[in-house]
Amino acid sequence: MTALLETRGLKAFYGDFQALFGVDISVAKGETIAIIGANGAGKTTLMRAISGVLASDPDAILCRGKPIGALAAPDILAHGIAMVPEGRRLFPSLTVEENLLIGAYNRRGCGTWTLEGVYELFPVLRERRSNPATALSGGQQQMVAIGRALMSNPELLLCDEISLGLAPVVVRDIYAAFPRIRASGASIVIVEQDIGQALKVASRVYCMMEGRITLFGRSEELSRDQIHAAYFGAERHELH
Amino acid sequence: MSIAIPSFKVETRTRASSFSALIGAAVLALAVAAPFLVPRGAVQDLFFILTMLVLAQSWNLLAGYAGLISVGQQAFVGFGAYAMFGAVILFGIDPIVAIPIAGLFGALLAIPTAFFTFRLYGPYFAIGTWVVAEVVRLLLAQWKALGGGTGTSLPREATRDMAGVGLLRDLFGMKAAEASDALTYWLALVLAAATIGLIYRLLRSKRGLGLAAVRDNEQAARAVGVDARRTKALVYLTTAFLTGLAGALIYVQKARISPDAAFSVTDWTAYVIFIVVIGGIGTIEGPIVGVVIFFLLQNLLSDYGSWYLLMLGLIGILIMLFAPRGLWGAFSDRTGIQLFPVRRMLVGGPLAHSHKGGPHG
Amino acid sequence: MSFIDTIVQGVLLGSLYALFAAGLSLVFGIMRLVNLAHGDLIVLAAFLLLVLVTGLGLHPFLAALVAAPLMFGAGWALQYVLLNRTLGKDVLPPLLVTFGLSIVIQNSLLEGFSADSRRISAGALETASIGFGPVTVGFMPLLGFLSAVAVIVGLNLLIYRSAIGRAFRATSDDAVTAGLMGIRPQRIFAMATGLAMVVVTIAALYLGTRANFDPTAGPARLIYAFEAVIIGGLGSLWGTLAGGVILGVAQTLGAAVNPEWQILAGHLAFLAVLLIKPRGLFPRAVD
Repeated sequence: MTALLETRGLKAFYGDFQALFGVDISVAKGETIAIIGANGAGKTTLMRAISGVLASDPDAILCRGKPIGALAAPDILAHGIAMVPEGRRLFPSLTVEENLLIGAYNRRGCGTWTLEGVYELFPVLRERRSNPATALSGGQQQMVAIGRALMSNPELLLCDEISLGLAPVVVRDIYAAFPRIRASGASIVIVEQDIGQALKVASRVYCMMEGRITLFGRSEELSRDQIHAAYFGAERHELH
Repeated sequence: MSIAIPSFKVETRTRASSFSALIGAAVLALAVAAPFLVPRGAVQDLFFILTMLVLAQSWNLLAGYAGLISVGQQAFVGFGAYAMFGAVILFGIDPIVAIPIAGLFGALLAIPTAFFTFRLYGPYFAIGTWVVAEVVRLLLAQWKALGGGTGTSLPREATRDMAGVGLLRDLFGMKAAEASDALTYWLALVLAAATIGLIYRLLRSKRGLGLAAVRDNEQAARAVGVDARRTKALVYLTTAFLTGLAGALIYVQKARISPDAAFSVTDWTAYVIFIVVIGGIGTIEGPIVGVVIFFLLQNLLSDYGSWYLLMLGLIGILIMLFAPRGLWGAFSDRTGIQLFPVRRMLVGGPLAHSHKGGPHG
Repeated sequence: MSFIDTIVQGVLLGSLYALFAAGLSLVFGIMRLVNLAHGDLIVLAAFLLLVLVTGLGLHPFLAALVAAPLMFGAGWALQYVLLNRTLGKDVLPPLLVTFGLSIVIQNSLLEGFSADSRRISAGALETASIGFGPVTVGFMPLLGFLSAVAVIVGLNLLIYRSAIGRAFRATSDDAVTAGLMGIRPQRIFAMATGLAMVVVTIAALYLGTRANFDPTAGPARLIYAFEAVIIGGLGSLWGTLAGGVILGVAQTLGAAVNPEWQILAGHLAFLAVLLIKPRGLFPRAVD
């Protein structure tokens, strides 16, 4: 079976600076995977490359076997891949509801997410629907960012550092919504620095360091020591 | 492993620049002798080229180095010219003496102008300078002693008896008209050389380095202690002075003024912008290349009237899109040649091979 | 001319300036682009109307209906093909390219139509007027004022109440993230300039029927538009209307004292506002 998303030897550059050195990951339909690693490991760059913000080789990224590496962000979205960007990046001139609606700008026909659905997922947003998005608390803003991405009815949701800067109790609330997102049929890629959280949610984990995958395997099969080593670079492991 | 500390030196000189100093001296000598070598019409053409070069260098300093994009430099050309006319007609001052006075008036005008326009953000600064030029034009058009809206001429005897004209007549047996053309030409030559020298020195100074820092990243420059506003204001004032001088000199030669001509946005700003853009913005060589091309195009196409300006506009747009550093920039990027190097290069030590100027401004 | 009459005429003139300015304001608000050819595009639209009126014998209002989609297309293409390439961190390329464009449009019009002054004839409407107590108001200027208000109301509705308006604001906030939402900033910018050209067509209709124009009339229209925007404060369309009105009233007051002072009085009012409130009277945008 072809994977929903696959990268093959993905490289990425910022000008002359190479940030990714041949990254291979794959996501199956309905699967949740996590990508962990320290600051500067290339996790966000990987997300930016997949979502089309950074251009790549056409064949370096495949969606159901079709090359999508050279496509721009709107075309990637049209393939059903939506992103919750790092730092949330809400539109300050728009209200909460307008931010959610903008997510449906190029809505795909199939799928179940509506404004109502997002409000059921995060009830607090309904109360704050008319507020400017930037007037919300950090956790609420993160909910808007996730809701906004869901409004496009994605088949694959990329979540970049959604727990960054949030209190643990808030992070727990947000992750509590994930089973329902999964139930809608979406696959999920989460990028996390919080290893515990990542292992809890994802069935498989990739660990990145210095622009490379240094470790991957099923969450329950990876030991803390292995992850620690891959995270900080003592030695390389490969597990299946 | 022992580490030898290499002896580094910071230099801005390149081999081409030493070579160009020689060529420059030869060209300058030839230029000084020009009135004796070429006919009067050619001297007038050279005068035109040199004064446009001064305007272009000034605008380039303003836009290319300080990031202040003005489309209102005609304010200083016109104000300088009117200041010179006022000094001559109202106070009987010798036109030649009136030129530096006009330059000071240009700088003086820059103070209130900067006070208003510096409040405007980038692109709006451009239109703001234009408004100021319009205001100055409309105000001077009200000045009946200098001809109001229709303008006036310099008194014939004022130009005939200009300081130096008599001397040239006696020394070289020139006719009055010839002598006054030669005189204004030499003044233009001095002004052009001084302008280039001044800008070159400014850019190689510490303040010039600050200017580059401000242009590249104003916030970062401020963080390391460069006073961006002050530096920009200084550049604005300097270019107003130079532009006022050029305006006065141009109108000593023309000897007839009207508000519409002296404050023409086409003549004193559009042409100047095209010269700089075509030649290469942000380089000293660019305006020199640009003014020569501009002059050739004008002679080639002047019979075609508005087609000429239309073409100039199109060329400007194409260059901005496809070779934003202009003809000289493209040439310099390819060959590494710089005649007026203002970039600092580390010389000596292990980096000695990086002599060629890269595209990093 | 009575004082009240002078003020009323100033308000009507100012609404024309607001029409000049609305397009400039819209484009700046969405992509931080200042189009130095904006005035020349107004004059270009006026010549297009002139051709439709004299060539095809259309009524000016019908001509505007025909010209509006043409100008939309021209604006769309101009932005998509030319101006989008100039957008970026550096303010120099868009300014210099639009300055070149201004020169190109002016001289193309000079080539095509000569330097003669023209006017679009609106037939009997030109002389029609309506009395309001002591003041008499020309029908066309009044219609111009109502059109300016309608344009501002319409643009506000579009920007704050429609899906495309949401996309405009989102792109203006953050073009990269807008791309992640499936918005193509290049097309949004093209759409905005196209829309600005529709407003420009409306402005050209009232410019051409109200007074004479010639190929070199553009820069002055740009300056009035710019002054209206700055007086009103960046980012607020109602502020732009107010700015236009203040400019118009200043001009007619100046002209009432001495006809030669009309334009100067407008400029001085602008400088006075810049002196007292550098961010304009009704600022909205943060930058």
